[in-house]
Amino acid sequence: MTWVLANIEQIWSLTLDHILLSVPPILVGFLLAVPIGWLAHRYRVSRGVLLTVCGLLYTIPSLALIVAMPTLLGTKILNPANLIVTLTIYAIALMVRTATDAFDAVSKDVTQSATAVGFGGWRRFWQVELPLAGPVLLAGLRVVSTSTVSLVTLGALVGMSGLGYLFTNGYQRNFATEILTGIVGTVLIAIVFDVVLVILGRMLLPWARVDTAARRNAKTATTKAVTA
Amino acid sequence: MITFDSVSKRFPDGTLAVDDFNLTLPSRTTTVLVGSSGSGKTTLLRMINRMVDPTAGSIRIDDDDISTLEPVKLRRSIGYVMQNSGLLPHRTVADNIATVPLLSGVKRPAARTQALELMDTVGLDRSLAERYPSQLSGGQQQRVGVARGLAVNPNILLMDEPFGAVDPLVRSELQQELVRIQKDLAKTIVFVTHDIDEAFLLGDQVVLLKTGGKIAQVGTPADILANPADDFVNTFVGADRGRRALRIEQVSGRQVVVDGTGRIAGILNDGTPT
Ligand SMILES: Nc1ncnc2c1ncn2[C@@H]1O[C@H](COP(=O)(O)OP(=O)(O)O)[C@@H](O)[C@H]1O
Ligand SMILES: [Mg+2]
Repeated sequence: MTWVLANIEQIWSLTLDHILLSVPPILVGFLLAVPIGWLAHRYRVSRGVLLTVCGLLYTIPSLALIVAMPTLLGTKILNPANLIVTLTIYAIALMVRTATDAFDAVSKDVTQSATAVGFGGWRRFWQVELPLAGPVLLAGLRVVSTSTVSLVTLGALVGMSGLGYLFTNGYQRNFATEILTGIVGTVLIAIVFDVVLVILGRMLLPWARVDTAARRNAKTATTKAVTA
Repeated sequence: MITFDSVSKRFPDGTLAVDDFNLTLPSRTTTVLVGSSGSGKTTLLRMINRMVDPTAGSIRIDDDDISTLEPVKLRRSIGYVMQNSGLLPHRTVADNIATVPLLSGVKRPAARTQALELMDTVGLDRSLAERYPSQLSGGQQQRVGVARGLAVNPNILLMDEPFGAVDPLVRSELQQELVRIQKDLAKTIVFVTHDIDEAFLLGDQVVLLKTGGKIAQVGTPADILANPADDFVNTFVGADRGRRALRIEQVSGRQVVVDGTGRIAGILNDGTPT
C-alpha cells in the first residue's frame, strides 16, 4: 500500500494511457462491426465469407500481429497505432458474429410490418432494425470492452505504456505488489467501462427492460397456471 | 375501387401462389378473402401495397396502375394491420399509432393528439398511451394495430388475419368493434381470414379461395349461403354438415330456432323489435 501511495502519480498516468489505448479499438471496432454484421445478416453470399474471415482473424496470435504491424502499416516500432490497430482488428473479429446474430434476432414480423406501413430501407435500418438489435449489440460490446481493456496490457511487452508496464516491471524486479496493482487497476478499468455501457444501454434502450420483465412475468404466470 | 386484372404471382422458388386472379373490390365496402392456409390470401393482399409485385397482370386503384406508383409512398397511404400486430416493440403505444404520420412529416404534437383520438376510436383507454406493446394484452395490441392502420386516414385498409391470434371472446369483441368503426368511417377494407364465420360477419363481398388464389365463389354472404357454387363451397361454409340449416320448433308457445346439430340458436321474434 505504501508503494502504491508513493507511486500514485505514475500509476495514474499509466491508467490514463491504458484508457486512451482502450477506447479507440472499442469504439472503432464497434462502429465497423455493426455495418459488416448487417451485411452478413442481409446477404447470404457475404455471410459465409465475412464470418469465416472474422473467425480466422481471431485465431492469429495477438502478439504476432502487434509485432507485424510496423511492417504492415509502415509505422515506427513504438507507435501506439500498432497496438490500437491490432486491438481494433480483434474487436471487429469478436463483434461481427454478435452483430450478425443481433440483426438476425430482430423479429421478421416487425420488420415486415415496418415495410408495410411505409418505412423505406434507410429509415427502417436506423429507426427499426438498429434499435431492436440494440440489446444483443450491447451484450457483444460489453464483451469486446472487457477483452480490449485486458489485451492492452500486452502492449507492455513491446514497450508501450499502460498498466501492463506494472506487470513487466514488477516481474523483472520480482515485486508482487506492483504486479497486483497492475491487475487490480486493469480490472477496475474494465468494470468502470462496463458500468458506463450498462448505464448507456438503460438510457438508450428503455423498452428492453420492460420487454424482458413482461416476458418474465408471462412465463411465471404460465408456470403458475400450470402448477396451480 | 381496387381491380385485379389477370394477376399471377410465381415466387422465385417456383411456387405459383396466385394464378390468373380477376376481381373488383368496390370502394367503401369490406371485401373478405377467405380460404385455407396457403391459398394465396396474404400474397394477394400484399400485392395491393406492393410488398409483393405480380409476375403477370396488373392491379389498379381507381384509375392508377399501381406498378407506376412509388412503393414507399403508396404504402404510407394504405393502412395495414397484421396478425401479430407487428407493432414496434421499442416505441410506446402513442408513438406506434403515430408512426406513419411522423414518417410523412406531420409534427409531433399534432401526431400525438391524433394518436390519442384514435385510441378512443378503437376503444383503448388513453392511460395506456405511454406503455410499450409488450405491456398490453393480445387484444389490446390488435386494437393498437388497427389504430395505427387508421392513422393516416387511408381510403384503403388491408387486414391480414388481424384477429387470428386472440382468444374467441376477445375476437368477437374486436369483430364487433370493426363493424362499428366501418359503419362510421366507410373505408375500402380488404380483410383476410381462414374463418368463414368471420368472413360472413364482416364481408359485404366474400371471396372464397382455393389453392393458387383460384376463386371458388364471389358474392354477398347471403348469395353464397343460398346458392353455393359447388361442393367445395358447400363444405367450406358448413352447409353439408347441416350446420347452417336452421329449423323452428315450438317450445312452450315460443318459436325457438334450432341449428342442424340440434343446438338452440335463438328465439324467433314476430317482427316487433324488443
Ligand atoms: N416469399 C415466398 N417465397 C416462396 N413461396 C411463398 C412465399 N410467400 C408465400 N409463398 C407460398 O405461396 C403460397 C401462398 O402463400 P400465402 O399467400 O401466404 O397463403 P395464405 O396467406 O393464404 O396462407 C403458399 O404455398 C406459400 O408457401
Ligand atoms: Mg396468410
